[in-house]
Amino acid sequence: MKPSEFPPPFDVSEAIAPPTDPEDERIEVGVAIVGAGPAGLACAIRLGQLLEGAPAVAERLGEVPVAVIEKGKQPGSHLLSGAVVNPRALQRLFAGRKRIDELPLYGPVEQESVYFLTRNRAVRIPTPPTMKNHGNRVASLSELGRWLADQAEEAGAMILPETAATKLLVDHGRVHGIRTGDKGRGRNGQELPNFEPGSDVVARITVLAEGTQGHLTGAAIERFGLVGENPQVWALGVKEVWRVAKPLRRVIHTMGWPLRAGAKYREFGGSFIYPMGDDMLTLGMVVGLDYRDVELSVHDLLQELKMHRLVRNLLVDGERIAWGAKTIPEGGFLSLPKRLHAPGLLLAGDGPGFVNVPALKGIHYAIESGALAAEAAFAALQRGEAVGRRGALAPYDEAVKQSFVWRDLEQVRNMRQAFGRGFWLGGALAGAMTASRGKFPPGDARTEPDAEQELIRTDRARSYPAPDGKLTFDKLSSVFLSGNKTRDDAPSHIRVRTEVPPELAELWARMCPAQVYEPEDGRVEVTASNCVQCGAITAKGGRLTPPEGGSGPEYTLT
Amino acid sequence: MSTLVFLEHHDGELQKDSLGVLGKATQLGGKVSALIAGSGVEALAQQAGRFGAGKVYIADDPALEAPLPQPRVDVAADLVRRQGFETVLFAATVLTADVAAALSARLDAGLNWDLVDLVQEDGKLVGKRPALDDTVYVDVGWKNEPKLALIRTGTFEPVETGGEAEVEKVDVQLEDFSTRATMIEQAHEESEGPSIEDADVIVAGGRGLGGPDNFALVEELAKALGGAVAATRAVVDAGWYPYAAQVGQTGKTVSPRLYIAVGISGAIQHKVGMQASNVVVAINKDPNAPIFEYADLGVVGDLHEIVPKLTELVRQRKAA
Amino acid sequence: MKIAVCAKVVPEQARRIDPETKRLDRSGEPTLNPFDANAVEEALRLKGDDADAEVVLVSLGPERSLDALRKALAMGADRVVLVSDDAAAGSDLVASSYALARALEREQSELVLFGQQANDSDGAVMWAAVADRLRRPLISQVAELTVSSGAVRGKRQTEFGYDVIEAPLPAVVAVSDAINEPRYPSLKGIMGAKKKPQETVSLGDLGVEAERAGEGGSRTEVYAIGDPPPRGETQRIEDDGSGAEKIVEFLLERKVI
Repeated sequence: MKPSEFPPPFDVSEAIAPPTDPEDERIEVGVAIVGAGPAGLACAIRLGQLLEGAPAVAERLGEVPVAVIEKGKQPGSHLLSGAVVNPRALQRLFAGRKRIDELPLYGPVEQESVYFLTRNRAVRIPTPPTMKNHGNRVASLSELGRWLADQAEEAGAMILPETAATKLLVDHGRVHGIRTGDKGRGRNGQELPNFEPGSDVVARITVLAEGTQGHLTGAAIERFGLVGENPQVWALGVKEVWRVAKPLRRVIHTMGWPLRAGAKYREFGGSFIYPMGDDMLTLGMVVGLDYRDVELSVHDLLQELKMHRLVRNLLVDGERIAWGAKTIPEGGFLSLPKRLHAPGLLLAGDGPGFVNVPALKGIHYAIESGALAAEAAFAALQRGEAVGRRGALAPYDEAVKQSFVWRDLEQVRNMRQAFGRGFWLGGALAGAMTASRGKFPPGDARTEPDAEQELIRTDRARSYPAPDGKLTFDKLSSVFLSGNKTRDDAPSHIRVRTEVPPELAELWARMCPAQVYEPEDGRVEVTASNCVQCGAITAKGGRLTPPEGGSGPEYTLT
Repeated sequence: MSTLVFLEHHDGELQKDSLGVLGKATQLGGKVSALIAGSGVEALAQQAGRFGAGKVYIADDPALEAPLPQPRVDVAADLVRRQGFETVLFAATVLTADVAAALSARLDAGLNWDLVDLVQEDGKLVGKRPALDDTVYVDVGWKNEPKLALIRTGTFEPVETGGEAEVEKVDVQLEDFSTRATMIEQAHEESEGPSIEDADVIVAGGRGLGGPDNFALVEELAKALGGAVAATRAVVDAGWYPYAAQVGQTGKTVSPRLYIAVGISGAIQHKVGMQASNVVVAINKDPNAPIFEYADLGVVGDLHEIVPKLTELVRQRKAA
Repeated sequence: MKIAVCAKVVPEQARRIDPETKRLDRSGEPTLNPFDANAVEEALRLKGDDADAEVVLVSLGPERSLDALRKALAMGADRVVLVSDDAAAGSDLVASSYALARALEREQSELVLFGQQANDSDGAVMWAAVADRLRRPLISQVAELTVSSGAVRGKRQTEFGYDVIEAPLPAVVAVSDAINEPRYPSLKGIMGAKKKPQETVSLGDLGVEAERAGEGGSRTEVYAIGDPPPRGETQRIEDDGSGAEKIVEFLLERKVI
C-alpha cells in the first residue's frame, strides 16, 4: 500500500483567488514578502539598502514599501535548522555595514568528525569532501532569524507576525499580493465572538519565501506551470538543544545506525551534533521521508541515538532545553521549479528548494536568493515598468543561474538520488560524483514522490527506548517544550483522509514528531493543536495548510 | 511581637482559613489580636478567642455590613496606627486581597502575598511563597513595619485552644471615598456548586473513562465531595465535556486542596494546569501512566469499580 | 469618556528567576500581560464608536515595553503612556502603585481599568493599592461591566457567587478574565499602531521622589530562591478490591476530607 493511494482532500485552487475586499479596504504595500526566514528577511534587508539610495523609488512604493508577513508568533518562532552556516551570503548582504563578529553566529568550526555508527561502536571515517566545514559557523537559525528581523526593521521593513498568508491573489494572470488568514474561527469553521476576517494585501511585487512545503509556493508552481523535472522530496529533521557540562569542541556528523543500510528500507540520513558556545550543544536526526517502514519514527530514532555511548557521553550532567522538528527539501537541483518567477511573483529560499543535501547547507542559498530577488525586484521597480508584465522579473532567474547557488546545486544534483540505491552503493556513487565534480555518472536521476513508496513493516518500534524524562523524552513533553500553545478549538489545518487503513494511520502516527495522529478503530484521530508545522504529512499523503496566525511552536534556540 | 489577624466572616460564622491564620499567629508567639469588621458581629468575638486571639477588636457599623474592602481599609489602618502592630495577617480571599493591598498603600507598608508559610529566621520574619506555577520557592521579607501578609487558602488548619479574649469595640471612621461603592445585590450560595477555579476539591475525568456517559461517575463523586468537575483536553476535544471544564496548558489552571484524576494519563500539557494542587490522587488502569509520577497517591485499577465505591464511602462518612 | 487601562508588560513564558538579582528573569520576549488584554478589550467595548471617548494605556516598565504595548494600540487603543526610568527597577507593590497613581492622576480619566492578575508575580493586588492612592471607589473581579449616567456597575465574582456593586465615576475597576474574549487586532490596526502617540515619561516628570522608587522605595524584599519542598513520597497501590477504602484512609490522613 502506498500513501499516495489516499490523497488529501485539498486542491491548490483553494490557495489562489482574485482580491475580494472592496478596493478601499485592501492593504497596500510596495513589496510583500511572505516568510520571515533567512530568505525573506535577506530580501527585506537588501531592498531596504537599495531603497535607501533611491528615495524616488521608495516614494512610489507608498507608506509601507516593504512588508514581511510571518505566520509565527514572532520571527524565529518557526525557524529550525542544524545549523552550520556558510557565511558568504551574510557577508555579501552586510558588506561594509557589519563585520562577521557582529553577526549572531557561534564560533567558527575548528574541528570536525564524521562517524559511521553501529549499535555499540563509532568508527571515524574521513570527512567526505562535500561535508567539509572549514570557515563555516554554527548558528541557531531561530536566533539568526530574530536578529535578521531587527535588521530588516532598521532597514525600513514592516514585519507583521502572527499573520498567515492563506491565498495568493491572482487576477488576469498576474500576482497581486496575498490574502491573510482569518482569526477567531471555531472547531467547525464557525465565527467566534472575536472573529476577525483576513485581509487582501496587495503589492507591486510578491516574494514567496515560505520555506519548506511553502503553501502558496506549491500553489504558484502549479498555477503558473513552473513544475520542475523531478517532483520534490523531503527529509524530516528532529532536533534538541541541550545545556551541557562539558563543552563540545567539534562538529560531528554520523551515518549508519540507527538507520538501516539495505536498499529496501530507503533510510537515507544521519545525525548532527553541533556545539553552541561553551555550555550548549544541539543534536538532531534527519531521515528522508521516502522511508518505507510503517514503524519508523524520527523522534524515537533521535532518542535511540542518545543511548549510543558516543552521544551519551556528550550529554552527561546535561539538561534538554529545546526541541523541534521541520522538513527539508531534498530534491536539489533537479527538483527546482522550471522558473523562479511569474508575473508579479518571485520565489526564494527553501520554498523552491535551494538545498545542498550532501553538504547539508541551505541557509546561505536562502539568503543569497532572497538578496538576488530583492535586486531583481528593485531593478524592475526602478525601471518604472509594469512589473506584472511577462518577463519583467526574468532577470531574477538569470541572476540565480549566474550565482554560486546554481553552480553548487548543479554539481551535486544526483547525489541524493544515488542514495535511493542504499547506503553502500549510494556512497560509492556519491564519491564518484564528488571526484568528478558532478560529471560522473552522467545524466539526471529520477526521483519519485515520497508518498509513492510502498510501505513495509518490520519490528523497528521494539528498540525505541522508553522515555525516562532525563535523557530520552516522549513526544508530548517535547511538543510542550517547543512552546506550542495552539488554541484547541481552532479549525484543523491539516488535510488528510480520516478513513484510512490502520497501516497508513500507524505510518502517520509514528512519522509525526508531535503526536498529531492516532489510529483509532479503522480511522485516524487528528489532534491538530499539537502540530508543530514541520510539514512531514505533506510528503506522506496529507497536506499541511497554514493554521491561524500566531499558533504553532515558539522556537527560540533551534 | 504584636500581630493583628484580620478575620473574615460569612453568614454569621468566622471563615475557616482566617481561623487557621489566627492559629499560626499564636504559634509564632507574642501578642495576638484579631479584627472583626461588619454589622452585628459582636457575637463572633468569643469564637476568635477560642481559636487563639488574646484580644479581639470589633468594628461594628451598618456601613460595614456589605463585604466591601474599602471601608475595612479605613478601620484597619486606624487600628494599626493607634495600636502599632508589627505584623498584620490575612487569609487570602477576594475581599482580603483588596483590603491588604490598599492597606499597603495607605500605610506605606510592605505586602507579601500567596505565602504558604511564615517563620522566624535570625530574628526576622520570613515568608515562604511558591512562584512560577509552583516550580520555585521564594523567601520574602519586609523592610519596615507593619509587615502585611496574605496567606494562601488552605495553608493553616484552625486550632481550638479554648482561650478567652478581651473584647474592645472600636470607633468606625470612614473616608468619604470608601463608601462610594455600594452593594446592590449580594451573592448567594450558588446552587450548582463551585466553579473549578474556586473549588476546594476537583474530580477530573480523562480518556480512560471510555465515553461521555461515564462522566456521570465523575460528577457523582464530585457532588459527594462538594467539589467541581474538570476534564482533560482530550475529552473536551472529543466532545465529552464542555471546554469550560478543561484544565491544562490551554485550559484553566487550578489549585484545589484535593485533585482526583480519574482515567487521566497525565501528560505535561495537563500537569501544568493542576500541579499546584495540594493533594493529588490518581486512578488509572495503566501502571505506566505519567500521572503516577506526581500523584501523592496512585491507584492502579479499574475506575469503573473504584470510583462508585469511593463515592459511596464518602457519602456514608458525610452522613455520619 | 476617558478610560485609562493599567497594563503590564511581562516576559513571554516567564519561567526563571535570575539567581543573581533574585528578580524575575525578564529576558524572554516582552509581551502584553494576557490578563490585561481583557481590560483593553473592555475599555474598547465601552468606547464603542464614540469618537470623543479615549482609551489610554498606562504602564510602568523598561523602554522596550513599547513594542508589546503596541498590541493594545493595534486592538484599537488611542495612546500609550509608558513610565520608564532606571530608578524604578526593582519596585515592589508600594513603589509601583505610587508611580502608577501619579501617572494616572496626570491622565485624569473617569475610569481606570486593570486586568485580573499579573502573569509573572501572580499578584492580584495592584488595583486596590492604586485605588487607595487615587482615593477612588473600587470594584474588583468584575465579570460583567456597564456604565451609565455617571456610574459604573459591576458583577463581581467572589467565592460565594456574584455580587452586584455600583460606584459613581470616577472609579477604579479590575476585570476578571471571564469578562470577555479579547479581539484579534486587524492587519490595518497592526499597521496603524506605530503611528499612534506613544509617550515615555520619567519618574521625575511625574514628580515621583527618588526615594519612593525602585528598591529604595520598596518595602518588601526577596531573600532567597530555591526548589520547592519535594511533593513527598508518591504512594502507589494496586487495587485488590479495597482501593476505594485505601483512598478514603489516605484522604483522612491528609486531612482533605
